[in-house]
Amino acid sequence: MRVIHAMWLRQLKKYWRSKPRMIGMLGQPMLFLLAFGFGFGPIFEKAGQGNYLMFLAPGVIAMSILFTAMFAGIEVIWDRQFGFLKETLVAPVSRTEIMIGKTLGGATVAFIQGIIVAIISIAIGFRITNPLYVPLALVFMFLIALLFTALGTAIASRMEDMQAFPLIMNFLIMPIFFLSGALFPLEGLPTTFGTIIRINPLAYGVDGLRGTLSNAAHIGIHIDLGVMIAVTIVISIIGTYCFSKIEI
Amino acid sequence: MKNESAITVKKLVKKFKDFKAVDNISFDVKQGEIFAFLGPNGAGKTTTIKVLTTLLHPTEGKISVNGFDPVKETDKTRSSFGIVFQDPTLDVDLTANENMEFHAAMYHVSKKEAKQRIEHLLKLMELWDRKDELVKNFSGGMKRRLEIARGLIHHPKILFLDEPTLGLDPQTRNKIWTYIKDLNKKQNMTVFFTTHYMEEADEVADTIAIIDHGKILIQGTSNKLKQKTKTKSLEQAFLKLTGRSLRKENGSFKETFRNINRMWRG
Repeated sequence: MRVIHAMWLRQLKKYWRSKPRMIGMLGQPMLFLLAFGFGFGPIFEKAGQGNYLMFLAPGVIAMSILFTAMFAGIEVIWDRQFGFLKETLVAPVSRTEIMIGKTLGGATVAFIQGIIVAIISIAIGFRITNPLYVPLALVFMFLIALLFTALGTAIASRMEDMQAFPLIMNFLIMPIFFLSGALFPLEGLPTTFGTIIRINPLAYGVDGLRGTLSNAAHIGIHIDLGVMIAVTIVISIIGTYCFSKIEI
Repeated sequence: MKNESAITVKKLVKKFKDFKAVDNISFDVKQGEIFAFLGPNGAGKTTTIKVLTTLLHPTEGKISVNGFDPVKETDKTRSSFGIVFQDPTLDVDLTANENMEFHAAMYHVSKKEAKQRIEHLLKLMELWDRKDELVKNFSGGMKRRLEIARGLIHHPKILFLDEPTLGLDPQTRNKIWTYIKDLNKKQNMTVFFTTHYMEEADEVADTIAIIDHGKILIQGTSNKLKQKTKTKSLEQAFLKLTGRSLRKENGSFKETFRNINRMWRG
């Protein structure tokens, strides 16, 4: 427990101390909320879909969690290159413990980032439809955070250096975000496109958040929750395996 | 005291695909001894240290560290030694004290004991007054001292040092060796180190082994080495044994990164 706690605390301290990063990571969701929220709002309403900000905010919250979590996971490469990983790998603790501590730490940071974006959303006009669902929304947020921190760690464990990073950014993180239904409704999409979204775990996270915060789930909260839990478990296991195979 | 050897290595082989980084080496380090492991770049020093410290599995051969088998008794082995790696392994975004506390947690040193140990060691390494400063503001020498202090928190019986004085000024080098020799004497702590500074090995080490192309060429006291090679200094002995040709080293990404790391993080 103490090992996991130490790993977790380290992530949090580092996050808290890097204010520029914290603020920088907020820039993108802010831009999405303002530019898309107010820019597409009128068209969305004309199409008879109601308030776009109510629709968009859960998607942007999910986005901010996705990005922060993936970056937190990929930090393993940094730890590896700057040597700190060796200090943990040569200690008399199991790699599973290290992985759990790291993932929980990264996920907590991403979760906090999500909360900040949620608060900003409310500040610019987003309204939570049913406060009773807030705890469940928090569960969804934490699941998204966990899933993608573990995924980031799994990928980082297989990478030697940062050179493949743009590849991951453009062929993984961006598609996961854009093909999640974070920005547009899932109704009436072309079949192939719809199928792609259906295999994207973030789609279930976004839908769960939308269901709990705006009462506008398309897939259904129960399925969302089930899929998110299952995928998080599977990815965590894969991540732990990849991490245990790192050679220094 | 059945086992008087701190480290025993018998016919150790470590292969990476077809390349034999360590080729059938055997040696013995006595308890309380200062043992220098010398060799040109790429000779197999770091690989040997990695095998001894459980970071790599041996391909063949038997090893024992503090009486434990690093392959089967990984955690027991790990608890029994301290290590200072060639590259810095501190978290520069944490303070000196936080780096120490993190290590104590990793090595299951109780919080109460950790507090005392951290104070004692940071004072010993003359870092106590800067304990709450972020490590990124430390000089290279301070970082090294902090790493040594950190490696000692859990009372290791062996201290591994992989080029501990690389890139440090003579003052810091001198200080570091004074601490280490002192620890070695007072606590009978075994020290296993690698270096490129021959005069360091000559002065500090009880036993010296020279390795090249994965094989140990010679081992013994500094005087014995000089006698055997009929040379006057350890440096001459070293060159006579390993040749004067420069070693090819692959300019790997790691190397590049190491340089960037040095440039930016000091």
